[in-house]
Amino acid sequence: MSLNRDQINSIAHLARLSLTEAEIPVYQDSLSKIVALVGELELAQTAGIEPMAHPLPGVSQRLRPDVVTEKDQHELYQRNAPQVEAALYLVPKVIE
Amino acid sequence: MHHLTLAELARKLRAKEFSVTELTKALLGRIEASQPKLNAFITVTGESALAQAKAADGAFANGSAGPLTGLPLAHKDIFCTQGVKTSCGSKMLDNFVSPYDATVVEKLGAAGMVTLGKTNMDEFAMGSSNETSFYGPVKNPWDLSLVPGGSSGGSAAAVAARIAPIATATDTGGSIRQPASLCGVTGIKPTYGRVSRYGMIAFASSLDQGGLISQSAEDAAMVLTAMSGFDPRDSTSVDAPVPNYVETLNAPLTGLRIGLIKEFFEKGLDPNVENLIREALKVYEKLGATLVEVKLPALPLSVPTYYVVAPAECSSNLARFDGVRFGYRAKDPKDLMDLYKRSRGEGFGAEVKRRIMTGTYVLSAGYYDAYYLKAQRVRQLINLDFKRAFAEVDVLIGPTAPDVAFAIGAKSADPIQMYLNDIYTIGANLAGVPALSIPCGFVRDLPVGLQICGAHFAEAKLLNVAHAYQKETDWHRRIPAAFKAEKLS
Repeated sequence: MSLNRDQINSIAHLARLSLTEAEIPVYQDSLSKIVALVGELELAQTAGIEPMAHPLPGVSQRLRPDVVTEKDQHELYQRNAPQVEAALYLVPKVIE
Repeated sequence: MHHLTLAELARKLRAKEFSVTELTKALLGRIEASQPKLNAFITVTGESALAQAKAADGAFANGSAGPLTGLPLAHKDIFCTQGVKTSCGSKMLDNFVSPYDATVVEKLGAAGMVTLGKTNMDEFAMGSSNETSFYGPVKNPWDLSLVPGGSSGGSAAAVAARIAPIATATDTGGSIRQPASLCGVTGIKPTYGRVSRYGMIAFASSLDQGGLISQSAEDAAMVLTAMSGFDPRDSTSVDAPVPNYVETLNAPLTGLRIGLIKEFFEKGLDPNVENLIREALKVYEKLGATLVEVKLPALPLSVPTYYVVAPAECSSNLARFDGVRFGYRAKDPKDLMDLYKRSRGEGFGAEVKRRIMTGTYVLSAGYYDAYYLKAQRVRQLINLDFKRAFAEVDVLIGPTAPDVAFAIGAKSADPIQMYLNDIYTIGANLAGVPALSIPCGFVRDLPVGLQICGAHFAEAKLLNVAHAYQKETDWHRRIPAAFKAEKLS
């Protein structure tokens, strides 16, 4: 199965990725090849087989008590932010 | 001193044949001299390394030194290091200075090890050749026109060239074992959950596992003992006791049952590589092991299974890079959508975008059942294959990679060709079982790796089996000609 230009644009939009004009045919070609590769899975007989989401059977996700354990270090963390004001992350205006 | 293994360095430091500061200075000199050729490092932390070395020398002087005190190492640049750039090989994180240490970094620092720097890698650990790094490709120390493998190519090249005695690494589909194979060094991927993933930048969370690239199984055993164990900060970390892996290294192999995966020897394996694997198996027979052929019929589907599961998890994990809280932000965004799209479009490299889009596609409405759920079912079949095999045999032994190192650029145009490099390694990640690669000879003067795989939490057995081979052979002591001399030009 071959992916068309519109499908690539739609996937890129869902993934929030801007693509250049030159990138579109490249991803059309390689994603089509990948979809063909993973298409081999169709042949596998999987009736009655439990899907496996975690590699260690019987180990379930641990939960911790719902208490505050972290101390406030926002200044340290926000040193990596592109734009901060009054301890808030700034983004382009979203509400007119 | 660069040609010494970690175990030998530990003995000589204890005997005060040289100081930690002398050793650290010598290695920093080798790193600097080799950087234009190998490009194995993204960041060198010389100043803090010398401070750690001084502290370690103090510990030797006052008798408080532990088994790892003063031993130098390099960290793959996927592990967060407090106050030091942690880039994950990406433009996206080129400006990221981690505010905290990964558990692995913290544990090995607390054990007294000296951090030399951060090694180069494929961007976000996505690649099998180290060509996807924002910082340029790493070169293979055995032949600088060839790839070192990936994604832990910087760690593998650094250990092979003896510019770092040992390095941390991570393995999602073969990223420790394949570069170890292509660079002629030892690489271990532990059981899923054995080593904490806290502070290890996530690629595919149900597959990622931290491990080591070392000169020998003995060296890996020393450091793995210190870096493994339960971590409440990683919800998938396993709460099980960690044995001292050094203590069982010399257990006899009499009666060991070795399984040979029939499917691995059927097609696609270079005949010269196969010969070396068969030679290595003879060494094991001499040591008292018996060989049994086993079938893992679903295993040939591991590559397509992986290329659904891993991109799906990657597309979800990498959603955090939004140009808002940390990392790259595009210039002059016209609105929030433009900020997201261009920050990600410009900040991620071609292969990372390919995987994010693949993952987005297989998880999108209408395709979820056909791809993602189907792949999870096939993953179960592969898991059951391994389970059945380990009911019959103690370890599985075979090739790590289908061939020796290839030329830089040879496979970068065709992602499928690149993905097939990991055909022998991906199965262990899907099943969550531990596996390691050790050098077992040379084809066309290039190293070949032997892969040894065991049941969940069988790291001690794997290291024992690998160490037994390394006592009989000296492949792991070979150093590439250009890096043999103490002083590098």
